[in-house]
Amino acid sequence: MENSVAYEKATELRLGLPGIDEPAVLSSVKNNKRPLHDEKSGENGKSAQNETAPPSKAQIVGWPPVQSYRKNNFQQAKKSESECGGIYVKVSMDGAPYLRKIDLKVYKGYPELLQVLENMFKFTIGEYSEREGYKGSDYEPTYEDKDGDWMLVGDVPWEMFITSCKRLRIMKGSEARGLSCSGV
Amino acid sequence: MQKEMAYSFPDEVLKHVFSFIQSDKDRNAVSLVCKSWYEIERWCRRKVFIGNCYAVSPRMVIRRFPEVRSIELKGKPHFADFNLVPDGWGGYVLQWIAEMAGAYPWLGEIRLKRMVVTDESLELIAKSFKNFKVLVLFSCEGFSTDGLAAIAASCKNLRELDLRESEVDDLSGHWLAQFPETCTSLVSLNISCLGSDEVSFSALERLVDRCPNLRSLQLNRAVTLDKIANILRRAPQLVDFGTGNYAAELQPDVFSNLAGAFSSCKELKSLSGFWDVVPAYLPALYSICPRLTSLNLSYATIQSPDLIKLVSHCPRLQRLLVLDYVEDSGLEELASSCKDLQELRVFPSDPFGVEPNVSLTEQGLVAVSLGCPKLQSVLYFCRRMSNAALVTIAQNCPNLTRFRLCIIEPKTPDYLTLDPLDAGFGAIVEHCKDLRRLSLSGLLTDHVFEYIGTYGKKLEMLSVAFAGDSDLGLHHVLSGCESLRKLEIRDCPFGDKALLANAAKLETMRSLWMSSCAVSFGACKLLGQKMPKLNVEVIDETEPPDSRPESYPVDKLYIYKSVAGPRFDMPPFVWSMDEAVKILH
Repeated sequence: MENSVAYEKATELRLGLPGIDEPAVLSSVKNNKRPLHDEKSGENGKSAQNETAPPSKAQIVGWPPVQSYRKNNFQQAKKSESECGGIYVKVSMDGAPYLRKIDLKVYKGYPELLQVLENMFKFTIGEYSEREGYKGSDYEPTYEDKDGDWMLVGDVPWEMFITSCKRLRIMKGSEARGLSCSGV
Repeated sequence: MQKEMAYSFPDEVLKHVFSFIQSDKDRNAVSLVCKSWYEIERWCRRKVFIGNCYAVSPRMVIRRFPEVRSIELKGKPHFADFNLVPDGWGGYVLQWIAEMAGAYPWLGEIRLKRMVVTDESLELIAKSFKNFKVLVLFSCEGFSTDGLAAIAASCKNLRELDLRESEVDDLSGHWLAQFPETCTSLVSLNISCLGSDEVSFSALERLVDRCPNLRSLQLNRAVTLDKIANILRRAPQLVDFGTGNYAAELQPDVFSNLAGAFSSCKELKSLSGFWDVVPAYLPALYSICPRLTSLNLSYATIQSPDLIKLVSHCPRLQRLLVLDYVEDSGLEELASSCKDLQELRVFPSDPFGVEPNVSLTEQGLVAVSLGCPKLQSVLYFCRRMSNAALVTIAQNCPNLTRFRLCIIEPKTPDYLTLDPLDAGFGAIVEHCKDLRRLSLSGLLTDHVFEYIGTYGKKLEMLSVAFAGDSDLGLHHVLSGCESLRKLEIRDCPFGDKALLANAAKLETMRSLWMSSCAVSFGACKLLGQKMPKLNVEVIDETEPPDSRPESYPVDKLYIYKSVAGPRFDMPPFVWSMDEAVKILH
């Protein structure tokens, strides 16, 4: 080819010739030219590969060529996909004429859940303590777990709770006291 | 004399004859025959298409064509879709609307693509054109529901309102209620791009109720599945329908209601939407599947088995848009069930993932090419390809007019031989003699461009990324592709030589985009000086191009033919290379 000195200078910041890049492309999926996507990398669960990749990775804007409109729409899709796989459980309260249903996935933790239950059935839940369960009220929130056992709400970590809870029941009176006093 | 015989038709006769000539190309040819035909034709041209809003000024269009009723304008370069064109680049429609408001009181149709449309523009449209019928805003931005309210309230005979893929500022959900009770003329309504709470559903229902000619309706995502039945029962004459959300807890009464509503739509041929799909509700579509010709499932995160079931019910399918969840197995089913297929688009579900998340390879596309002899248009995202597969596809589908392949990792070679994919794409351009649009990907040398220049005689649009070795590649394309109108290139080692050697070619094209290539600032200036019919614009968001040596490559370059001269609305990061324009801002 012609004199490419000035040419190379002009291209030194650009991607090199394909022939040179080939080994990098072939060696594995994690190569120098592996484009990090320009969105939050947290979204990409498969970033394990990136751990051992060389530090100087090129961020490639606009590649692959997926329209921003489509990208935005689809990301919302991924989020609401899980929303639609919500964890709906029936909630009953002793003495109430009908049941309610709630989506456990919507809540971030026990305080929020308990607040919602209080509002829904217009009652007050007592103070929770690991030793003594709920004190200060006639009502106690309980749930039936995967094994069919009735448990006191609040004993297990939240994540474990929402995956094992099949239904909720707000117990009243002596039955409730029985559960909390049993301890573990 | 003999000569006068040719002009002995009265103008009215010629005008009448010309009224049967609709295509722009033919009209342009007619206007070149002689001066009097030019005059007659320009007075009776009703429809104008402007592929680049900066190629001509509104005043020039109005001066030549005083009686226009329908206008179509395109603004930003195609690569704006992929965030390569910075915000504020341009493409504003206001000036056009303002000038046409005075000159075309009978303007009835405005179609815009990739333009910036403000509420002010929409309000101006609403109050300026008494006979306004059609507004299509394709991939536009800059407006809010306030602007839409103005259109709805004022346009008494509105037939089409299509906002596909536009970005709308959500201010209020009540704009739909602005359609007066007397408005019964809607034929097409596409509000699929609107965000959650932007639509008052009851207003929508009433609107649908009173528009008996409504043929095309695309709902937005906020509309839940249980509401679909209500809408469909009010509009059983629909031909084209876009659902909103297609997810709900499975309830037998909701299901049967939905299935019944769909089956009452005897004309329904095209479906889209399908955000958040619950597969259990797909069988509600089965009654209309045999009539479906177009199905857009490109937002539907449903897996291959469910897709296979659905597709196997649609033997008349001509057009399918789908995510790569369809997998090779789904495409094989498509190939055996849908013999009328003309267009296939497969989008990536996880474009930024490092590992493939689905089993979709070149095999799927090969299967479709084998099974669907009418295939004309392909858009395919995948992670591996081979020359052998491309050759097979080319041989199976000689009628391809559009072929866009995106191998997700740049510079990926043939996975079987590790060769560049030159031969494969070469086969495509060689066998597909009517190919008008081509997008390349994978490992490619200058050879692929040699093939393209040699065989791509009908090629009008070419997209290139991470390909080629030298200027020779670009030279092959510019010198060989006779029909080339749009060329867009990114991250290729193409520099000054090919561009300057083929400068005249650029005057025959609509536009050239080059970003992250090797074109020097000096070459851009030279082009700007020597080619007055071209607008040569350099885009650089970091610093002015003249703050660096002339040999330094420019970041982005956009060259387009224009009779309007350099534009006046350039933002600070766009520099015109026109001699008359001061380069220093």
